[in-house]
Amino acid sequence: MWVNNFLILGAILFCIGVYGVIARKNAVMVLMAIELILNSVNLNLLAFSQMHHNADGNVFALYIIAVAAAEVGVGLSMVLLIYRNRRSIALDELSEMKG
Amino acid sequence: MLLAAEDAAAEATHAAGWFLTHAWLIPLIPAIAFFVIILFGKRMRFHGAEVGIASMVAALVIAAGTAVQWIRYTGHEAPPVIRSWTWWQSGNVRFGLGQHIDGLAVMALLLVAFISTLVQIYSLEYVRGDRRFTHFFASLTLFSAGMLTMVLAENMVQLILGWEIMGLCSFLLIGHWWEEEANSRAALKAFFTVRVGDMGLLVGTGVLFGLLGTFNIADINAKVAEGGGFSHRTLTLAAVALFIACIGKSGQFPLHTWLPDAMAGPTPVSSLLHSSTMVVAGVFLVARIYPVFHQGLDINVAGQHVNLIAVIGGITVLIAAALAFVQNDIKKVLAYSTVSQLGYMMMGLGVGAWTAAVFHIFTHAFFKCCLFLCAGSVSHTGSHHSFDMKKDMGGLFRKMPVTAWTWLLSTAALCGVPFFSGFFSKDEIIDSAHHNHYTIFWIVGLVGAFMTTAYMTRATYLTFFGQPRGAAAHFVHGDHGDHGDAHADPAVDTHGAHDTHGDVRHSRPLPFAPHDSGWLITVPLIILAALAVVSGYLNAAPFHIEKFHHWVTPKVVEEMVPEGPAFRWLNALPSILLVAAGFAFSLYLCRQVYGAAASAWKGLTRRVAPLGAGHRFLVNKYYLDDLYEKVVVHGIAHPIAQGAYWINQHVIDGIVNAVGIGGKRTGGWVYRNIDQRVVDGAVNGSGAAAQGAGSALRPVQSGKVNQYGALLFSAAAVAALVLFVVNR
Repeated sequence: MWVNNFLILGAILFCIGVYGVIARKNAVMVLMAIELILNSVNLNLLAFSQMHHNADGNVFALYIIAVAAAEVGVGLSMVLLIYRNRRSIALDELSEMKG
Repeated sequence: MLLAAEDAAAEATHAAGWFLTHAWLIPLIPAIAFFVIILFGKRMRFHGAEVGIASMVAALVIAAGTAVQWIRYTGHEAPPVIRSWTWWQSGNVRFGLGQHIDGLAVMALLLVAFISTLVQIYSLEYVRGDRRFTHFFASLTLFSAGMLTMVLAENMVQLILGWEIMGLCSFLLIGHWWEEEANSRAALKAFFTVRVGDMGLLVGTGVLFGLLGTFNIADINAKVAEGGGFSHRTLTLAAVALFIACIGKSGQFPLHTWLPDAMAGPTPVSSLLHSSTMVVAGVFLVARIYPVFHQGLDINVAGQHVNLIAVIGGITVLIAAALAFVQNDIKKVLAYSTVSQLGYMMMGLGVGAWTAAVFHIFTHAFFKCCLFLCAGSVSHTGSHHSFDMKKDMGGLFRKMPVTAWTWLLSTAALCGVPFFSGFFSKDEIIDSAHHNHYTIFWIVGLVGAFMTTAYMTRATYLTFFGQPRGAAAHFVHGDHGDHGDAHADPAVDTHGAHDTHGDVRHSRPLPFAPHDSGWLITVPLIILAALAVVSGYLNAAPFHIEKFHHWVTPKVVEEMVPEGPAFRWLNALPSILLVAAGFAFSLYLCRQVYGAAASAWKGLTRRVAPLGAGHRFLVNKYYLDDLYEKVVVHGIAHPIAQGAYWINQHVIDGIVNAVGIGGKRTGGWVYRNIDQRVVDGAVNGSGAAAQGAGSALRPVQSGKVNQYGALLFSAAAVAALVLFVVNR
């Protein structure tokens, strides 16, 4: 029963994250929203790991944290470069890839 | 059964030594050497001969080690050392490759490896400068690999494999000098005649498998010896079919005709393949699965006086010995002698004298190999590549002392002169025939001994004694240097000069005197002659030596055949007397007919009509060749060839033409309809479709990251929904 609470919390976090990714214009805010999504997944993994008394979930969570750190590092450096070139980090202005 | 065999193998491995469990290396080394020679031989210093000889020496060393360990091993009455690996599997039937090492296999392995080594060393000198030197050594090595594979075969399929490799090598080596049509015809004749018999091998193996459900030689022997559970008539059928294969391979009547023609090959080949090793393969097969023949043909059953194996062997002994009288070619005398001796071996097996017959394989290999190599030596440096005893030989005794003495010792062994090896083996066969109540074959054996001595005396007299004739007489004194030059020059010493049978015309004196060959030839001769004398003492009944019997005879055979006769000089007396009589009679005849003095015996066959007819009958080889070639081959092959020609002209050509025209028309239709419309249409259509799809999808690529994200998540949501619905 108690695992449902974690899952609901995870789902809420996930939805907030998705909203942030889609609705936000600021690239930094989008990166933060992605962090939310990842951490909602982490929460699910840890909850199930506890439920099954199995350490695999913990291991995955650790991996995700490490990958997320790397991802934020790469993402922020890209944002920095974009800012240097264009003096703006508004994502809706970045439409050079239009087909 | 398999598990039991594995257990037995593990147990045997424990008791036996390294050589016994690794005897499978013996054929493997020459087999690898064959590929090395054929691929890299020409670039080597000795053109591949060194690889061949090295591999044979390695095989010989392992074989010797195996023999030593086997002799130690038989001390505690152990089973054969069997090992097997799966070659391929078809359903439940496993086809293995492996080794079945018992006394018989060890004896044959040692024999084949030993003789192959000596013959290869001899060939180094004999075929030096030949244009296909490398191929010659490659074939010799492959032959040895084949024979060794057959000898240690663990099952019938492996045995057939080795058997067929030998057949192939025999064909290659008889036709070694294929530029002369007679040689390639002889090669074909040998190959096809043996193939006729090989059908029997396949049929017999198939029948045995159907009967006993196994290809394994040890199992076959054990099951047949145990008896019961199978039809005796089917076993007889299998034995007869297998024996037909042996008739073909071992040159028994009526398929013996290929063996004398096989003398077209180089002399080392005749020596190795067609006298001492390959042709005993048939005898070896009978000895290997002896229980099948023994039970299938009811050998040694009380009251039996005649059976198939003994009859064929007995007929072969006599007809081949008679043919040896009228040959002028020294190698053909030896070839018929081989046929006749193989007849003795078969007869021995037919009357239940297993040990004596196998012992005769052993002793015969040494002296017959030596005789052939002597003949080669005579032609090499004595008679200028001629083998005709009447035209090109005579009086060589003083000029070629080593060759002559080794020849004499081997001849004595072949004739069965007391205390030479042939005496111990052949006499035991004859004695056993008497002892086991096969009186007819006892008489046949005695007559054969008389004839053997007589024709060998004739050949010896013509070659080494009397007046020098032809090439042996035409020489310039003391001009040895010239001879060396002639041999060093490859343009002079081409293949064509070798082994031309009979019709060499010498218009001018030859530039060399007959003399003994080089040490590469004489050393093998001396070794073989020494063995021809002493090898008989492994199983000398008069001295109560039964080592060969103890080492070689397997238990399953020993329990089957009757006890051998106790040796008594009185029993040996008839054959000794007949040998002496044959010698005296033949010597008298030779001196009269071929000597210088005028004699009433000369031209007897021309003056007395019945004798002349008999002589002609022998010279024409009982007309068997004519029967086979004119009646059988023409009768069967000609209608087939004509039918095939008619079918070729009318049916096949018609089909080909129709196919051609049809193809052309189909091609035109295909071009117009398929190529132009379907293929081109498909290509153009796919291009247009890609363009349309591209322009339709263009608006989606807005370049806005948020929009991409929204698309991604909605797609993921749809996918999740589908997953949810499907899994429900």
